[in-house]
Amino acid sequence: MSALISTIIFLPTIIALGLGFMPSKKDEDGVNDPANKNLLLGITLVTSIVVMLLTFVLWTSFDSESGAIQMAENLAWIPSFDISYLMGLDGISLPLVLLTSVVSVLAIGASWSINKHVKAYCVLFLLLMTGMLGVFMALDFFLFYIFWEVMLLPMYFLIGIWGGPRREYAAIKFFIYTLVGGVLMLIAILMLYFSSDVTELAQHIEGDVTAEVVQAELGNLHLHETTYVAIADNVNNAAAGEAVEPIHTFNLRALASIGQTTEQFSVTLQRWAFLLLFIGFIIKVPSIPVHTWLPDAHVEAPTPISMILAGVLLKMGGYGIIRICYPICPHGGYDLAYLVCFLGVASMLYGAFAALAQTDFKRLVAYSSVSHMGYVVLGMGVWSIYAPEYNGDYWAMGITGAMYQMIGHGISSAGMFFMVGIIYDRVHHRNLAEFGGLYGKMPRYTALAMGLFFAGLGLPGLCGFIGEVLVVLSVWNFSKLLAILSAAVVILTAAYILWCLQRVYLGPQYNGPHEEEIKPINSREFAIGGTLLGLAIIFGVFPNILISRMDDTISAQVSDLNTWTQKVKLANAEDAEEAGEAEEVADDEVHAEEADHSDSHDSEDAVEGEAEDAVEASNADRSEPAIEQLSALAP
Amino acid sequence: MNLQQLIKQLANDSTESLSWFLPEIVLCAVIMLLLLVRLFDGKQRLDLWFVAIAGSVVSFLFSQPWLVCGGGVERTEIFTGLLVIDGFTIAVRSIILLFLVLFLVFTKISGIPDSDDSPDIYTLVFGATLGMCLMVSSNHLLMIFLAIEMASVPSYALAGMLKGRKRGSEAALKYAIYGAGAAGVMLYGISLLAGLTSSAHLPTIALQLAENLGTMSGSEQLVLVLSGLLISVGLAFKLSAVPFHFWAPDVFHGSCAEVNAFLSIASKAAALGLLVRIGIGVGYVPGLEQEVAQDVEAGPAVVAGLLPVAEEAIEPIEDSVEQEVTVNEALQPVRDFIGKLIALLAMITCTFGNLAAYSQTNIKRLLAYSTIAHAGYMMMAIAPLMSSLGSDYGVAEGALSGLLLYIVVYVFMNLGAFAVVAFLRNYIASEEIADYSGMIRSRPYIVICLVLALFSLVGLPPLAGFLGKFAVFASIADAFRATDATYLLVLLLVGGVNTALSLYYYLRVAKIMVMEEPAEGVDIEQYPKAGLEAVYLVAITLPTALLIFFWNPVHAYVVDAVKALIS
Repeated sequence: MSALISTIIFLPTIIALGLGFMPSKKDEDGVNDPANKNLLLGITLVTSIVVMLLTFVLWTSFDSESGAIQMAENLAWIPSFDISYLMGLDGISLPLVLLTSVVSVLAIGASWSINKHVKAYCVLFLLLMTGMLGVFMALDFFLFYIFWEVMLLPMYFLIGIWGGPRREYAAIKFFIYTLVGGVLMLIAILMLYFSSDVTELAQHIEGDVTAEVVQAELGNLHLHETTYVAIADNVNNAAAGEAVEPIHTFNLRALASIGQTTEQFSVTLQRWAFLLLFIGFIIKVPSIPVHTWLPDAHVEAPTPISMILAGVLLKMGGYGIIRICYPICPHGGYDLAYLVCFLGVASMLYGAFAALAQTDFKRLVAYSSVSHMGYVVLGMGVWSIYAPEYNGDYWAMGITGAMYQMIGHGISSAGMFFMVGIIYDRVHHRNLAEFGGLYGKMPRYTALAMGLFFAGLGLPGLCGFIGEVLVVLSVWNFSKLLAILSAAVVILTAAYILWCLQRVYLGPQYNGPHEEEIKPINSREFAIGGTLLGLAIIFGVFPNILISRMDDTISAQVSDLNTWTQKVKLANAEDAEEAGEAEEVADDEVHAEEADHSDSHDSEDAVEGEAEDAVEASNADRSEPAIEQLSALAP
Repeated sequence: MNLQQLIKQLANDSTESLSWFLPEIVLCAVIMLLLLVRLFDGKQRLDLWFVAIAGSVVSFLFSQPWLVCGGGVERTEIFTGLLVIDGFTIAVRSIILLFLVLFLVFTKISGIPDSDDSPDIYTLVFGATLGMCLMVSSNHLLMIFLAIEMASVPSYALAGMLKGRKRGSEAALKYAIYGAGAAGVMLYGISLLAGLTSSAHLPTIALQLAENLGTMSGSEQLVLVLSGLLISVGLAFKLSAVPFHFWAPDVFHGSCAEVNAFLSIASKAAALGLLVRIGIGVGYVPGLEQEVAQDVEAGPAVVAGLLPVAEEAIEPIEDSVEQEVTVNEALQPVRDFIGKLIALLAMITCTFGNLAAYSQTNIKRLLAYSTIAHAGYMMMAIAPLMSSLGSDYGVAEGALSGLLLYIVVYVFMNLGAFAVVAFLRNYIASEEIADYSGMIRSRPYIVICLVLALFSLVGLPPLAGFLGKFAVFASIADAFRATDATYLLVLLLVGGVNTALSLYYYLRVAKIMVMEEPAEGVDIEQYPKAGLEAVYLVAITLPTALLIFFWNPVHAYVVDAVKALIS
């Protein structure tokens, strides 16, 4: 068991503690001495680069053929609460970890515009990095929650100390919104935890049940070794007719397995837990109606923090929904699909219209984030209600689209905020009506900005396109109305982005204050912007780099849930149908199958197996169409 | 049984009991020492703080907190059933005595009380602590009342410790009058309960109730409910639970931060301990078989119960496990009543405390309301305890250990907050939040410690406050799963909402200290840079920040502590 993941996560914290003892040379106003500032930021930059290189190691050693958890680290942490320190990676978390480390390096690069209290800034930034990386790699619900909340404090101070004029209001609003979401999540966590019992997962094992057998059977859940022993004891005791204590768990994989294969989480519980978790996550995404913290936080945050907020923090919400909401509470996800999709489309529309109406450059970009993240929510929500027949392929496509959209948006929005920051550093205002003509004064900057804004717009060949198209395609079969609406958002997006570009960069002359300050961008700024634009192009032209890494994990998860859908939801629906049409002569085949269903356990298993086979077969085909469609779409 | 036998028995019982009573005896000895030493001229040479600190350390060591490990402490009634010793007593008593040690160090560093006052003040502090130790071990209605008074009366005087200050005198007077009123009401409730059950010994009361509850007439039940409500008034006053909290902000505002720390931590811990004692004492009969045997042999219950009724009450249910179940099942209505009453009080207390803290401009008033809110959070743990005591020991154990964990955490975070207030008062002679603005520039370490303490009070992971809250909320969720009682779900939701509510006012203090410009006219630079103060603050804050890494041993300890209590 290597400790690579832990090294990645805690290296920033260790450096942050070390930085705490470094001298900080400041004048009366807290402005740091340039040499001192360069030293502090330099250490932070080196740290983030090391972390980035380590995540590249993760990337290269990752086996993309396997949908399972890889490089897991598992230690008993608080055995009395069944909490373990479980870290691991799969195809869903890997791209986001990489996104985090890359955006962090770029954000530190963008931090040279920070002059005051640099030491505190670096310490808080590094703590924030630990929190972000931890969220994406924690596989224990409790641990996930800790990392989730750990980020709040550094973020609050980063916005509140180094932000714009209304920074305190924005920081507190961000904090309170996220904390409310966190508390709801905690309640859901506790409800799920106390309802869970991993013993049942091993009860189907026949013959001699030992810890080794259980471990072989449930090894992919990455429970702790002692838990396997306890499960084996429990199963044997239960078989002997003795009373057994339930073994609760915080393990995300085990909870998902319990949610999908047992009835420990009742339908009501699943719906409530889904709702509570979902609210907690969409606050972070953010989706309407809980998005209002975002424009304030984005506008007031300093440029590098805006980059982190848009590039990484928003993705945590989407990640949480994919990783936690759907697998653990499938009933909730299935039954509330319309709500999820509606919120997604509503966010897209609302964000786009709000962006059209903005006069503040940064606020416009912030609302574009609301709009773009709507695609993510929509893509994940596209599950179920395909009348008349169910087809899980579209959902896999929707989730792939949502994941891709998250990565794409992480790059393009970080880039857009950086572009806004560059001009704000020079002219100290963001009023769209007072820009213009920057094309002539800052040609290289304008070229970068055009590229990044087009990536945000979703121009084919850039990273924003793939995600949007996959999502819209998958929605088509779910609801034509929603698909048409979400496609229409593309036009709105084009409208506000093009209009914005026109007002800021084109036109005969600059007509705002501080014209004399407008200088071409320096090489540091060019390197950061160029990297982002380069990534936007690479991911736009070669989507397979990412999709090949994500595909197997996503199809594994979707196929599990498809099996569940076939077994639980569709079978029930058929039962109900059958009951309704009992007098009519039903289709023979269906009837026979139904009879099997209610007859005995064995035959149910057989049907289960059939369904599984069917789903697996369809999944084997599944990756093909997605890739085909992609290659058709990519230029 | 003739007189001689009785005396002999009592003498035996007392000598056996003394070994459990050593911490209290040490406290008494220190009080005597502090009073007597001044009769001689040695006072000028000897700083009595050293006597006090030595006494508190010895007393802490005699409380033997390590005994609890492994769940090795059986429930033992001492002094003919007046007091009871078990893991819970030992744990809470140790926490209180540990706090006493930390508190004495704190007062030495902060300089209040000065060496002239210190014998008086320390005498009062030790007296109150003695009362608190008795509170957590009392097993008898009379003892409960005496212990509360023993803890309260010195506290009244402590509140007025800063002599010649109007606000201090006002605080002391207000506290004393409120306290006297609450004590009177409580005494009335005690007399009703004792009259109704013909006993004042808690387990005997429980047995009586179990037997008679079903056959009680309407008016008897009314009296029983009334006595419960009246007793809860006295406890609510000690806990500063709404609606008996009015004294708290004024007293906290009027007295110095050191006294605030003492009142808000030790006093709360003891009051919660007593609440658990009464709740479990009246609502549950632990380890029935052994105790019945003991009672019949040695008869402490009879002596303590003042009336021989207990013996007949016990006889029919002797040595029968099934009947034990019946006794504890019969008490379910009593537990439900206590649990729901406390849940209601807890919800109101928590919400009110958090809302009222919003508008405070004085840090001590703010922390007073924060203390009220935290009393609410801690009381929440009683509801799952009571709801599942008779049916699901695992849940009850979880609730009680959660409460203990919360108390441990609370000691450190609240002491940290009040210590910062006291140290900053020494610098800027102000306790207004506005005067703290921009403090991070001149005293970064102190401010960071306060910020950590405040966020720990919010319950933000990974700080220790979160772990306490998590343990309590987890037990509520567990009890809800086990019993499906809606009020527990409501309690959980109210607790969650309150966590979010409380964020704003704690955050405001942090914001003012960190983000705003230094206040005009407050020149902190003239004072020496942090020395001992910083060391002390770091020592208090570190456990708050690092408990997450050492959670498991602490959790295992508190689980051990409550094991013998209810199994």
